[in-house]
Amino acid sequence: MSEIQLTINGQAIKAAEGETILETARANGIDIPTLCHQEGVTPTGACRMCLVELDGTNKLLPSCVTRAADGMVIRTDTEKLKRYRRTILELLFAERNHTCAVCVSNGHCELQSQAQAHKIDHVNFDYRNPQLIVDLSHERFGIDHNRCILCGRCVRVCDEIEGAHTRDMRNRGIATLIITDFDQSWGEASSCTNCGKCVEVCPTGALFIKGLGAGEMVKNHELVPGLVNTREVVHAKN
Amino acid sequence: MQKIKLATIWLDGCSGCHMSFLDMDERLLALSEQVELVYSPLVDVKHFPTGVDVTLVEGAISTDEDLKKIKTIRQRSKLVIAFGDCAITANIPSLRNPEGAEKMLGSIYVDMPVVNPQVPRENLPVLLDRAKPLHHTVKVDHYLPGCPPSADAIYHFLTDLLAGGESDVSCYTRFGA
Amino acid sequence: MNLDTLTLVSEQYSDELANYHHLIHICAGTGCTSANSMELLDRLNEVIKSKGLQDVILAKMVGCMGLCAEGPVVNILPDDILYRQVTPEDAEEIIDHLVRNEVLERLRLDTHLPFFTRQQKTALVNSGIVNPESIEDYIAHGGYKALLKVLTQGDRLAALEEIKRSGLRGRGGAGFSTGMKWQFVYEKSNSPKYVICNADEGDPGAFMDRSIIESDPHSVIEGMAIAAYVVGAEKGFIYVRAEYPLAIKRLRKAIREATKHNLLGTGISGTGFNFEIDLRLGAGAFVCGEETALMQSVMGNRGNPMPRPPFPAEKGLWSQPTLINNVETLANVPRIIEKGGDWFASTGVGKSKGTKVFALSGKITHTGLIEVPMGITLREIIEEIGGGVPGGRKLKAVQTGGPSGGCIPAEYLDTQVSYEALNELGAIMGSGGMIVIDDSSSMIELARYFMEFSMDESCGKCIPCRAGTAQIHNLLSLFVEGKATENDLEKLEELCEVVCNTSLCGLGQNAPNPVISTLKYFRNEYIEAIRRNPDAVERMEINHE
Repeated sequence: MSEIQLTINGQAIKAAEGETILETARANGIDIPTLCHQEGVTPTGACRMCLVELDGTNKLLPSCVTRAADGMVIRTDTEKLKRYRRTILELLFAERNHTCAVCVSNGHCELQSQAQAHKIDHVNFDYRNPQLIVDLSHERFGIDHNRCILCGRCVRVCDEIEGAHTRDMRNRGIATLIITDFDQSWGEASSCTNCGKCVEVCPTGALFIKGLGAGEMVKNHELVPGLVNTREVVHAKN
Repeated sequence: MQKIKLATIWLDGCSGCHMSFLDMDERLLALSEQVELVYSPLVDVKHFPTGVDVTLVEGAISTDEDLKKIKTIRQRSKLVIAFGDCAITANIPSLRNPEGAEKMLGSIYVDMPVVNPQVPRENLPVLLDRAKPLHHTVKVDHYLPGCPPSADAIYHFLTDLLAGGESDVSCYTRFGA
Repeated sequence: MNLDTLTLVSEQYSDELANYHHLIHICAGTGCTSANSMELLDRLNEVIKSKGLQDVILAKMVGCMGLCAEGPVVNILPDDILYRQVTPEDAEEIIDHLVRNEVLERLRLDTHLPFFTRQQKTALVNSGIVNPESIEDYIAHGGYKALLKVLTQGDRLAALEEIKRSGLRGRGGAGFSTGMKWQFVYEKSNSPKYVICNADEGDPGAFMDRSIIESDPHSVIEGMAIAAYVVGAEKGFIYVRAEYPLAIKRLRKAIREATKHNLLGTGISGTGFNFEIDLRLGAGAFVCGEETALMQSVMGNRGNPMPRPPFPAEKGLWSQPTLINNVETLANVPRIIEKGGDWFASTGVGKSKGTKVFALSGKITHTGLIEVPMGITLREIIEEIGGGVPGGRKLKAVQTGGPSGGCIPAEYLDTQVSYEALNELGAIMGSGGMIVIDDSSSMIELARYFMEFSMDESCGKCIPCRAGTAQIHNLLSLFVEGKATENDLEKLEELCEVVCNTSLCGLGQNAPNPVISTLKYFRNEYIEAIRRNPDAVERMEINHE
């Protein structure tokens, strides 16, 4: 693999060809915020938090799916990008019923910490307050759609890592909903292997282990990247 | 030096933010050098005074009475501070919002096994269909998130404000903190 | 079928038609069939037979004649008499008049109307003339000659050059150069390659593609086959909305007949070229008109757009090079091959060459389908061809490009229609929907209508489009209901900017356009709405005394 040179936030950086801008940035200690990105599964460019500016184009690029190229001059932290990211976060808070104070993931939630990092102290939009269900039919896990941001991590992990494809989405637009099997309750979804990977990759308190109180759900962020890594190592040996 | 006239009030909140205010402990003494508490559930004044410099408002706007109060507060305060998550996001009071007020009242006072099923209305403020954050009804000058905001967050926020500067308390508090 | 047999079929069919003294063309487009035109055709045939005129008069179905609001429309040749709103009960009277060489004045529509005389037809050249369910009729009108010409010459580059020289640009909305698109796929060395015809027309008020398919399905198939030959594909898909049952029926029949005549299939016309076409029916999602979502849907996945790059030319269907063209674009191809790129490029203005089909709707006298040269002014389209705004009302604006487009106020009516000019005004060419708005309409309500559409049709994948369109819709509702404040206006403008700049695909990136353009040209309506809101005034006043 050949090496390429690019500039991120004024910093000259070397990267391997084929890497995404996000990978390159993070490898060099430059954090670009993400919500839908999950190490180990296919990036989708859905949340738009990782958009960056590239010299020579007006279009903002999703860094999770854009390959770093030689000579790129990239900015990840302009005032415009920060403003856009704040708006995206506010849109999420207004979309469903994220009541942080009584959430199992309070204090361990990516949406919440992103809001804090972006200094969001109030939401400028009307809260939509949709009526959504909490599915507690599974023996060990629950899904609270009120807290779901539709990042699709659970869908991809279940499909690509576990190979079960228990989860998918139904409807579209603002009515989109994560479903299990043929839109059955989780407890009835026969394809579910009860592995719990979906719970560990969920950035918010939407997927959780039952029986925990507010703030007690701490996700294991290393689980899936670790699994993928181990598989690669084993695969390379064989 | 003229003391700053501070008011605090709770609308639809649990008083937790006020408890956190009291948690400032001995720092309250230092604050009292600069601040005169002209109205608060913590002091014995019956009517919201005029000419208030800063008002900390805890709680969401949940009733017609809250709505009346917040308008009075806004008129009589130079700065209105949304104090805590209920004031900022409607937080816990907003848990009823997806259903709406009437359905919630019915499910509690009528659908439950009670002796005399009826929704109490006499001499009570009328619930708005949805609990609202302050800034959806009046202009809010500053926001202090947290459930409740910690005493540290409140202290730093107020001292910054008194010093006349913009306050960034994001290192002390957040939604749900 | 080779060129000789093609000529033979053509001559035989033309001779057959020449035996009749009169041809009665009955429109068989969706508009006219839903107004009973097929019953009318049956009735006409009965009358002709009962009067023993079957060797003298032929009644046949043809594609759309454009004036959909006046349907069913009947055209009698060679006399060129046009009848409108004809019912089956009129059949006998029509035949009687025809026999007596008289015109039934009560149903007559003037064929000298600018609606007919000012049009210039390329994509619609066979519409209203050829029987869409007869391949022989299509061949008799010059059909498949272009394909066979390309195949017999066997020079893919020459054909590509012809398309490039024509200056043809995508008629689906974005206006990307068709020749360039073909070239990208042509240059790719990996195979298989695919050709897709995007017939997922979904803009409210747009029915150009439906009409082309219903009227002249073979022109689309021929265009696809030429494209496939040039870029080196052997498999094609037509992605058509399930809501277009008549178009689907005609496509199925056309594909079957073309295959029967070896104009599709293996070893086409005795050459080594193989090409087959499958239909894929869209399940009613507007976003599937977006090419990456469309490809997902063709492959059987949820129709979610994917980030570009990679572009379809590089990694399309099943990660193979894929060419996607819109219906109208492909329908132009046989004509360009037949008459040459220079001929096509001789019409038009600037970088917008050829003709464009528009669907006229809204507050306009002649609702229907027209094809006009690029460079014509909006005024000519609306006032002359369209017959102007009815009911003594004044024209307020024209909305082009549907939910992704914008409005153009009356003062810009003298703008020449081109991709560039419309973009400059904050509207877009789009696929060709043109909605005329009179002074009785509220522009905010119009913007809200389109925003509701975009909100409902957002796939939900990216946050700005999914939640942003819903919030813009909510803000617009505040304006419509008189509950908006100055703060809401500011929020609206900011949010439009964010949704435009951060959404993943064209749907979200363009969804705010109707709002942005109404804010640009009709800001006063938004300001008025704020003034109407007593709370907005009060809210400002209850700030500190």
